[in-house]
Amino acid sequence: MTDSALTPPLTKTAPASSLRRWWHGSSRLRFLIVFTVVVLGLWEWGCWVTGVRSFTFPAPSLVWRELIADPVWLAQNTAYSLGAALAGFAISVALGLLLSIGIVYSRILDRTLFTSLVATNAIPKVAIAPLFVLWIGTGIESKVLMAVLVSIFPMVVDSVVGLRSVDPGTLDLARTYRGSNLQIFWKIRFPGALPSIFAGMKVAISLALVGTIVGEFVGSNWGLGFVILQSQGQFNTPRVFAAIFVLSVLGILLYQAVDLIERRAMPWHVSHRNRHDDH
Amino acid sequence: MTMAAASAQADMADNSGVQAADALVKLRSVYKTYQSERGNVLALENVNLDIRQGEFLSLLGPSGCGKSTLLRCLAGLERISSGEVWVRGNELAGPPEDLGIVFQRDMLLDWRTVLDNVLLPLEFLRRPTKGYVEPALKLLETFGLRRSADRYPWELSGGMRQRVAICRALLSDPALLLMDEPFGALDAITRDNLNIELQRIWTQTHKTILFITHSISEAILLSNRVAVMARDPGRIEEIVEVDLPWPRTLAMRETPEFIHHAAAVRKIFERLGAFTG
Ligand SMILES: Nc1ncnc2c1ncn2[C@@H]1O[C@H](COP(=O)(O)OP(=O)(O)OP(=O)(O)O)[C@@H](O)[C@H]1O
Ligand SMILES: [Mg+2]
Repeated sequence: MTDSALTPPLTKTAPASSLRRWWHGSSRLRFLIVFTVVVLGLWEWGCWVTGVRSFTFPAPSLVWRELIADPVWLAQNTAYSLGAALAGFAISVALGLLLSIGIVYSRILDRTLFTSLVATNAIPKVAIAPLFVLWIGTGIESKVLMAVLVSIFPMVVDSVVGLRSVDPGTLDLARTYRGSNLQIFWKIRFPGALPSIFAGMKVAISLALVGTIVGEFVGSNWGLGFVILQSQGQFNTPRVFAAIFVLSVLGILLYQAVDLIERRAMPWHVSHRNRHDDH
Repeated sequence: MTMAAASAQADMADNSGVQAADALVKLRSVYKTYQSERGNVLALENVNLDIRQGEFLSLLGPSGCGKSTLLRCLAGLERISSGEVWVRGNELAGPPEDLGIVFQRDMLLDWRTVLDNVLLPLEFLRRPTKGYVEPALKLLETFGLRRSADRYPWELSGGMRQRVAICRALLSDPALLLMDEPFGALDAITRDNLNIELQRIWTQTHKTILFITHSISEAILLSNRVAVMARDPGRIEEIVEVDLPWPRTLAMRETPEFIHHAAAVRKIFERLGAFTG
C-alpha cells in the first residue's frame, strides 16, 4: 500500500524488469527515509515542546552530537562488540551444525545431547554470565562465549528440524540408485535443510549480539555494552542513546548480511523466487 | 471368492512354466500390511506375478488398490510382510541392480536444474557424469524439454516435471524400468505421443517394463499383458494377455480387436463394482 503510494506511475509502463526492480528498491528506501525523518522530527519537536530533560529523554539532535563527539572511540568500541559477536556467531554456526548432524544421525546423541540442550535452554543464560567472568576473566573470550551460549540453541534446533524434514521420497530415489550415506547427506539432506539452517542463522546473529552486550555489561573495559553502562553511570543519557543507536544499526546490518548470503546460497528457495514480480 | 482368485493365479503361474523360467521378476504369495496406530491396512493380499524378461506389463486398477505398494515392494523400497520376491534369480534384499524408477510424485530436487536432476542417478551410481551430458540433452530433446535444461523444477509445469522424472529414470539405461503413472499429469495429445515414444524406447532397448496406469486404453496400447488389480484387500484379480500386433499405433485404438480387449478389461472392473475408483 505504501509502496504504491510512493511509486510513480512510471512503474507500470517501465519495460525493463531491471528498471522496475530498481524503482521498487528505491521506493522502499525512500519510504524508509521519509518515515525516519518524520519520526525524528516529531521526536525532536516533542522534546522541545514538553521540555523533557535530556537526562530523562534526549532529543535526537543531542544524541547526534554525542555520536560525532568522539567517533574514533565509538568506532573502536563498536569494532570490539562486532568482533565478539561475529566470533560467537561463527562458532555457534559451526558447532551448531556439527551438533545437529550428530543428533540427526545418532540416536544416543539425540537422547542425551538434544534433551539436555533443551533442558539447559530453560536456564536464563544472562544469569550465568557473571560465572564466565569469574572463570575466564573480563577479556573478549567471555563475551564470545556468552554470544555462543545465547545463539547456539536456535541454530541447533533449526538445523535438526531441517535435516530431519527431508522428503522420504527423495531418500527412496537415492536408495534406488544405491547412494551412499555421504552422498545422501551432501546431495539431498543438507541442501534440503538449508532454508531451516538459514532461519536459525538469522535468529542466531541477532542473539549473538545480545549475548555480547550482556557479556560486556557483566565485566568489560571495551565494547558498546561497556559504553552504555559507563555512560549510564555518568548520567550521560544522550550517549546511552547513541550507543543503542549504533547497536541497532549493527543488528540490522548483520541480519541483512545473513539475508544476503542466504539469497546467494539458495536462489532456488521459495522465498527468493521472483521477488520483484509478484507484487 | 478370494481363495478362488488366488488359486486361479497359482494355476496361471504353473501353466506358464516355460515363461516363468526366464522370468526376470517373480512374486510368490506376497502380502503387505501397513501397520499404524490407526489400524492395519492389508495393501497386498497373496500376490503372485511373473514379469518376463523383456516384457511390458501394466498394472491397472482403482485408486488405493496397492499398485504403488506392489511397485515399491518390487523395488526393494518397502519390506513385504510375507512371501517372496525374486529378481534375476536372487531373493530381493534392497533395491536390485540396474533399476530405473519413475515415482508417482516426480521427486525433483528444487536446488538442481533440470539437467542436473536428470544426471543425479549417475552421480549416485558413481559414473562420470561428463559423458552423460550429451545423452541427457538428447533425451530431454525427445521429451520436448531441451530448452528447459537449465531451468529449475519450480519453473516448470506439472507435466514437464513428470517428463523430467522420466528422463532421469531412462538416462542410466536400466534393464528393469518401473513406472508409476508416469503420464498421469499430461494432456491427452502429449500422452499419446509419449506412449508411442515409450514403445519405441522399449522395442529398441529390450527393457523389462512395469507400468502403472489408470487408463485402460493406455494399458492395452502398450502392454504384452495387463494385470488387473482389485482393492480391499489389494490383489491381482486377473491377468489379461494383449495379443495385438506390434508396433502398436494410435489408430489401432479404433480397431475392433482393440475395443474387444478394452471391453474385456472393463468387464472385470464392472464385475468388481469398482470402476469408479
Ligand atoms: N506408508 C503407508 N502407510 C500406511 N498405509 C499406506 C501407506 N502407503 C499406502 N498405504 C495404503 O495402502 C493402500 C494402497 O496404497 P497404494 O499407494 O499402493 O495405492 P495405489 O494403487 O497406488 O493408488 P493410486 O492409484 O491412487 O496411486 C491404500 O489403502 C493406502 O491407504
Ligand atoms: Mg499409486
